[in-house]
Amino acid sequence: MKQRKKMNQNTFLLLITIVLFFLMYGIGCALFKDAGFAKTQNFLNLFVSNAGLIVIASGMTVVMITGGIDISVGSFVALACMMLAWMMERKGIDAVPAVLIVLATGIAFGFVQGFLVAYMDIQPFIVTLAGMFFGRGMTAIISKDMISITNETFMAWAKAKIYLPFGGYVNKKGVLIQPYIYPTVVIALLLVLAVFIMLKYTKFGRSLYATGGNEQSAMMLGLNVRKVKLKAYVLNGFLCGVGGILFCLNTLGGFVEQAKGFEMDAIASSVIGGTLLTGGVGNVFGTLFGVLIKATIEAFITFQGTLSSWWTRITIAALLCFFIVLQSILAMIKKGGKQD
Amino acid sequence: MKSGTLKNITSKRLFLPLFCLALVLLVNVITTPDFFAISVRDGVLYGYMIDIINRASELVILAIGMTLVVSASAGTDISVGAIMAVSAAVCCSVLTGGERAATELVAPLFAGFGAAILVGIIIGCFNGFLVARLNIQPMVATLIMFTAGRGIAQLITDGQITYVRVDSYKLLGSSFPGFPVPTPFIVAVFMVAITALILKRTALGMYIQSVGINRRASRLIGIKSVFIIFLTYAYCGLCSGMAGLIASSRIYSADANNIGLNMELDAILAVAIGGNSLGGGKFSLAGSVIGAYTIQALTTTLYAMHVSSDQVPVYKAVVVVIIVALQSPGFARWKKSLAKKKGSMQLEGKEAA
Repeated sequence: MKQRKKMNQNTFLLLITIVLFFLMYGIGCALFKDAGFAKTQNFLNLFVSNAGLIVIASGMTVVMITGGIDISVGSFVALACMMLAWMMERKGIDAVPAVLIVLATGIAFGFVQGFLVAYMDIQPFIVTLAGMFFGRGMTAIISKDMISITNETFMAWAKAKIYLPFGGYVNKKGVLIQPYIYPTVVIALLLVLAVFIMLKYTKFGRSLYATGGNEQSAMMLGLNVRKVKLKAYVLNGFLCGVGGILFCLNTLGGFVEQAKGFEMDAIASSVIGGTLLTGGVGNVFGTLFGVLIKATIEAFITFQGTLSSWWTRITIAALLCFFIVLQSILAMIKKGGKQD
Repeated sequence: MKSGTLKNITSKRLFLPLFCLALVLLVNVITTPDFFAISVRDGVLYGYMIDIINRASELVILAIGMTLVVSASAGTDISVGAIMAVSAAVCCSVLTGGERAATELVAPLFAGFGAAILVGIIIGCFNGFLVARLNIQPMVATLIMFTAGRGIAQLITDGQITYVRVDSYKLLGSSFPGFPVPTPFIVAVFMVAITALILKRTALGMYIQSVGINRRASRLIGIKSVFIIFLTYAYCGLCSGMAGLIASSRIYSADANNIGLNMELDAILAVAIGGNSLGGGKFSLAGSVIGAYTIQALTTTLYAMHVSSDQVPVYKAVVVVIIVALQSPGFARWKKSLAKKKGSMQLEGKEAA
């Protein structure tokens, strides 16, 4: 009985999220049926335009499971895009080494932040807030002007369509149109799967949950809590690097104001997907649905046509607020209504 | 003996902020010899120092609110910049009656000011409710407003810059005719004085500190912890609204994208440089105020060195990491283990002798 109750606690938020997504998508299909909201391609576009966010939100989930947070991801995405654009366009570096350098930078960024959080005991928020301003400022130092990417290899990656064998339809001219995705989506989904397996079936994954659930107990059980946290941030840094590259494949350019508020999207996706801010609970599939909800809101606003894009931000903030409040109320009920 | 006095000086609460300020000023004096020169132009005081004191006013006001928030809740309010943008947008919209530009006031000046400060307090109360009543981590709770705030400001101003081209509106951000001291400085002094008076004359200052040191224990001895924390966020909202007004009056417009941009980092930095622990508890208002002037001096110095405004955060981020790292438990542990090693080495040396 007790086991069952606990199960419900943890899966309750996830369930709400999945139901909410299908509900919203259903409403969208009903409202914008004529505009093509219900098409398979439109559904796939949710993934195509958010491949980077999916990867970054997975990294965020890993960090949040340990009880930390990373608000530097948005700036890092801008930095990654700018680095890619600058290296390929201004310095003539090939696409492959440029991508590798960005990945290495991501890992280094994650390492420094992880070290400050885990070994210096500084609040993760302060460290990553500094990281956020550092990233954005570095982007401005590299170049204040927008750089568009024209590198052939990179463009070829960005434009490689993968046609799906199902869901096609015949258009007015009688031509069969197959829905397609980009390789970015495949990479993103594979990474989500990899993180899922890592969290669920490896020793490292379980130690992440243990650290976030109760740091003291984890330490007493003999876990090297500091090392686990550091590794979580390094992994997050790597995923941010990948996410930045995927984001760049979508936008094909770098500029200072890019991906502003991205950290909010990533945190919101994780929280909406059932990751607890207090750590110890979380699931990347929930996060995936969190991203899809955000994508659906964006699609709503695009299809509606007259609303300002600021509404996306406000709606996400409102949703985040709703889920955080829900979490804290659940936590209060769990504690038995006591408050200190 | 000598090292004893040195230690005595360095362990004083205000040592760190004053040391940092002196360091920044020293660099300035070396690079710009006429740094301290003050002259009167058009009936207004003029000079590098005056510029710093004038420009730091918003930051000083923000730092007051931030200090209380940090002290009571061991977390920071990262929505202050966004609140500034919202309050500026509200003020300008009220004064222009919803138009995008006005050369005449539609509503009386105090109505606009009142509305702006009221909006600041309301957002502060919202943050306070989330943090104090619902027990949400302060930075996550304020992250909501950090993101949504500028969106709200954009909606209020229809995504455009709202201009109030009225001389009386510009007074708050410049100076009264015939009076040489910049108005923002007077407002900042006023805010500091009022806050210090409230904290010193009532038990509020002590309550805030005790809640910050141990929330549970404070509740058990009869302090309403929830209410105290709520109050600090509301006050921080008020300060942000005030700062937003000054920032808006300086440019006699409401620019939702740029008013209060990056101010949250500056405010946190001011509190940290002021020698206040970001872990809550005891605080020093004077430290934060000196910290705020230090930050502004640093910013002005960086601008003077031709660092552009979007590059400045890099240097500030590095400074904040260094200061916070020096305060951190990790650094204290490392210093301790180093001292231990040194001690044991001395012991070994003695044994060997």
